[in-house]
Amino acid sequence: MSQPLKYLGQGLAYALFAVVLGYFSTSPEYAHLPADSALLKLSFNHAAQRKKPCHERTDEEMAKLAKNMRIRKDCPRERSDVVVELEMDGKQLYHVVLHPPGLSHDGAASIYRRLPVPAGPHRFVARLKDMEGGDFSFVHEENITLGAGKVMVIDFKADVPGAPGFMFKS
Amino acid sequence: MRKYLQNLLLRLENAFNAPFGQALNPWYHLGAITFYLFWIVVVSGVYLYIFYRTGVDEAYQSVERLTHDQWYAGGVMRSLHRYASDGIVVTMLLHMLRNFITGRFHSFRWFSWVSGVFLIWLVYTCGINGYWMVWDRLAQFIAVGTAEWFDWMPLFSQPLARNFLVQGDVNDRFFALLSFAHITIPLVLLLFMWIHTKRMNHAETNPPLRLAVGTLLMLLALSLVKPALSHAHADLALLPDVIRLDWFYLAPYPLLYIWSPGAVWVLVGGITALLLLVPWLFRPRTRPAVAEVHLDNCNGCARCAADCPYSAIVMHPRQDGRPHQLQPVVDPDLCASCGICVGACPSSMPFRSNELVSGIELPDQELATLRAGIDRTLAVLHGDARVMVFGCDCAYDVHALQSEGVAALSLPCIGMLPPAFIDYVLRDARVDGVMVAGCREGDCQYRLGIRWTELRLARQRVPHLRQRVPLQRIEFCWAGIQDDERARAELGTLRARVAQLPREIIMEEDSREHERQSGDKNQPD
Ligand code: HEM
Repeated sequence: MSQPLKYLGQGLAYALFAVVLGYFSTSPEYAHLPADSALLKLSFNHAAQRKKPCHERTDEEMAKLAKNMRIRKDCPRERSDVVVELEMDGKQLYHVVLHPPGLSHDGAASIYRRLPVPAGPHRFVARLKDMEGGDFSFVHEENITLGAGKVMVIDFKADVPGAPGFMFKS
Repeated sequence: MRKYLQNLLLRLENAFNAPFGQALNPWYHLGAITFYLFWIVVVSGVYLYIFYRTGVDEAYQSVERLTHDQWYAGGVMRSLHRYASDGIVVTMLLHMLRNFITGRFHSFRWFSWVSGVFLIWLVYTCGINGYWMVWDRLAQFIAVGTAEWFDWMPLFSQPLARNFLVQGDVNDRFFALLSFAHITIPLVLLLFMWIHTKRMNHAETNPPLRLAVGTLLMLLALSLVKPALSHAHADLALLPDVIRLDWFYLAPYPLLYIWSPGAVWVLVGGITALLLLVPWLFRPRTRPAVAEVHLDNCNGCARCAADCPYSAIVMHPRQDGRPHQLQPVVDPDLCASCGICVGACPSSMPFRSNELVSGIELPDQELATLRAGIDRTLAVLHGDARVMVFGCDCAYDVHALQSEGVAALSLPCIGMLPPAFIDYVLRDARVDGVMVAGCREGDCQYRLGIRWTELRLARQRVPHLRQRVPLQRIEFCWAGIQDDERARAELGTLRARVAQLPREIIMEEDSREHERQSGDKNQPD
């Protein structure tokens, strides 16, 4: 191979490397979700009510305990499951039962869930139950118009003074 | 399957040999090019660091200022940083693939292979960490994606992804942490790169200068033609819509959503586990015997240790009571059975009339047996231009060249050939020429065989080829398995040349030189 041809060959090899690097560093483009979608992110951290309420131990019960364990108030640590439902335009979008974590099942339940939905006006209803028996203790309804490409976070806080419950942040 | 891939690779490499020549063929220097690209990333990264600000807004804005306000410096540095990082992925993966195809991963090489697998994780961690620092929509996409990916494993009390829910969740301190990580992880990578090459003697960590210059020029040109740019500023209230993904580093991210985070863990974990097992899954059933030291013939000169490509020989204090300070000890786990140590030993001297045993030998290829074989074949050679071809089992099969005028001997590596054997066959005009053949230049299966052979025959590395041996009777031929045409052409050239030379080979005895070489106790370099 003559010298100029060799240089040409080397140039082509470098050019090929450059084209591969230049192209795949940005292409092909990736569309995360269809253009007319929005995304709901249901996420919160919540410690449910205890399964059994605290109660005062009777003298009989106290006597059965070792001396150093004799505390009058008995609070079982185990918490209830957290049940969450999300409805969009009258149809159930998501339903989940969150078990309390931890060896004694006494931790705060956490959730992070992505739910892609079509953009546009929607009626959302979120419900949460965090005690044994009974109905949903927290319900939040709202009409929201979700723009295309918007993210709406559905958070829940039981300890916000005045307005405990769900928060729709869009 | 591997044979098929091997053929394909050889063809591809051959195509590169034409313009680059064997010595500069980039395929033979992929590990060194990866090292070099790492240094480009470090230098450009230091420049970027000077201007980078840690903060939710400042991070993005400082990168924008670098890119646009000083496009000629900061912008170019940013692009170099990106493209050299991408290049690392390409050359690293090709280096891995090539080592797999050429069977360079099992036995004594397991450590290089396994440490290489850790390097893949570290390289990816560095790259992904780097993309977070820009805090644009792409960074947002991979930050959230990474958190969602890790959340699949029940490691954290709260989902990590909750840290990226709304604007304001991410604070300035987060960027201080990111930039700290972006110094620490590359340092760990460098440490592992050092560990990766630690077991190799004279590891090639710098590519040939011309390749280095060519690569830098290519990256500079690419940086000017297609500068690295950011996406819009991250906004957690918005979906990162259409993303210009860097597929070299971020290809698994779309799979998180097409499949699921769990499936991506299975994929990545599965590939890692498979790669880690490769040295044991695909190892050959038998392993040739490792080198054996014969202290009776060893003066402890340490040349074998200096020439061993895998640092398998260590010099220990002498144990046999002979008046030498040191003796070589072979670590069987590291020994490649290439025989390069035999070629380095001054006792590998075929002229001895007594029993030929060298200071270090391969039990499967004892020098005495090789010498006897040579004597037998040379006795029946005839014709005008008789040639002895010394070849290597990993390269072109020199037996294919045998004819009534050509004898061939294949060694595990051409580096096993003691220079004195060339002297031996040319003496008394038993042959008219010698061809020294081995793997393609730059691609020695045992890394240093060709290099040491060339230096020994050029009388630049001990043991030297004796001065009395006429160099015009020697031809080198660095040819791969497929290079039949080339090997025959080189042999033809040599035979034509020696046919012109007088039959009588003038070899003036220089006994002093012989003594100097075999008795030389100087430590080699
Ligand atoms: C940052 C990434 C990497 C760098 C900078 C790197 C660099 C190097 C260098 C400089 C050598 C010595 C070459 C020589 O002197 O002959 C080498 C050898 C080797 N590398 Fe890597 N490497 C990387 C990744 C990998 C990976 C991912 C693998 C495989 C999983 C791998 C497997 C090997 C093996 C098996 C050898 C020994 C080859 C032989 O004995 O001939 N390397 N590497």
